[in-house]
Amino acid sequence: MAGKPRLHYFNTRGRMESIRWLLAAAGVEFEEKLIQTPEDLEKLKNDGSLMFQQVPMVEIDGMKLVQSRAILNYIAAKHNLYGKDIKERALIDMYIEGVADLIEMIMYLPMTPRDEKDAKITQIKDRTINRYLPAFEKVLKSHGQDYLVGNKLSRADIHLVELLYYVEEVDPSLLANFPLLKVISFTALRTEGPRLPSWNLIFGLLGPHHSPGLCCPSVSKLARP
Amino acid sequence: MAAKPKLYYFDGRGRMEPIRWLLAAAGVEFEEEFLETSKDLEKLRNDGSLMFQQVPMVEIDGMKLVQCRAILNYIAAKYNLYGKDTKERALIDMYIEGVADLNEMYLFWSISPPNEQAAKMTQMKDKIANCYLPAFEKVLKSHGQDYVVGNRLSRADIHLVELLYTVDELDPSLLANFPLLKALKARISNLPNVKKFLQPGSPRKPPMDEKCLAKVKEIFQLK
Repeated sequence: MAGKPRLHYFNTRGRMESIRWLLAAAGVEFEEKLIQTPEDLEKLKNDGSLMFQQVPMVEIDGMKLVQSRAILNYIAAKHNLYGKDIKERALIDMYIEGVADLIEMIMYLPMTPRDEKDAKITQIKDRTINRYLPAFEKVLKSHGQDYLVGNKLSRADIHLVELLYYVEEVDPSLLANFPLLKVISFTALRTEGPRLPSWNLIFGLLGPHHSPGLCCPSVSKLARP
Repeated sequence: MAAKPKLYYFDGRGRMEPIRWLLAAAGVEFEEEFLETSKDLEKLRNDGSLMFQQVPMVEIDGMKLVQCRAILNYIAAKYNLYGKDTKERALIDMYIEGVADLNEMYLFWSISPPNEQAAKMTQMKDKIANCYLPAFEKVLKSHGQDYVVGNRLSRADIHLVELLYTVDELDPSLLANFPLLKALKARISNLPNVKKFLQPGSPRKPPMDEKCLAKVKEIFQLK
């Protein structure tokens, strides 16, 4: 029996969090080896585990995969969360890359210089309500289905729901005018099915044991190459 | 018969160039509509063609696709340049994301103010020489095959060779200590579709110059 995937990262969301969500949504239990000192990171670099000297790295199915998209694509395909054909995949990819762009902005807000922070928050809110959320609301409206693509749960729903939680953390009022997005948030997590996450698993990710949204200074120092 | 894919971007490399390379390598002819002014971008935005108000956008097989990775993944899968199974794809994805990181550095360098470029260039060259090229040379050495993944042509070879041409433009000496990469570059360049793309008069775009940079700043309203 294959070992559980093993995640190598800091004790923070960063670029590993989407991977945690996707594994959880796929019903896959995983282990985490947290990087807690500069020495931990050095060791990983020195033993040749990191192709480009960077984390995230995930040990899965005999591979030491780096690059979050490589990891996410593999997990999605393996667990049938990547659409039924290349056209569905194209839509999924288009949507999730938009999600990734906004998550990137939100996730790295703590790294913004103090004097630029207000402007950045304004930009994030503007992009959220004028660019990204309308685009996804429009998709759901266009077909009236419960899921973004192919009338079936895919990674697109999982990544989007993750984003909606972050948007809510920034400012819950941002979601006010997007009724279909609020519904998908509920549906995706509540759907019956053996491999779909229970509330507990997802809220385990959101709970206190897992890192808060902010990347604390000592961790961000570790993360610098 | 399906229409040719149509690429919407400015007349320069930017984020569209890997798409041009991949289509060319796959032997797919395509059309291009160039944005010349911010009004052209406005028009595309207003007629709902751009899901996130951004280019690149490619009309292909009845879809208006945005986001380079969505476009590239579709083309690669359609033309069998994405490996034979999920494990080969994982390797391809890992390698090409490394290439993409370096491309991103190059992109930001090319639009940086002149006084910041020297420092960025030093940092880029360091990563090229000490991180990325060694990683790819090691892959080729590990299996001794002619292609990066699966002993046959894939998008990994195309994206990597495109990068090697960029590296060569920046500083040919950077490639000096990487014989397997040099050999890969030569081999891939000799494939008929790639060879054609490397000829003058092909859709391949030159490096950013001042005129192009000024146009880009106006189109995207950058400072």
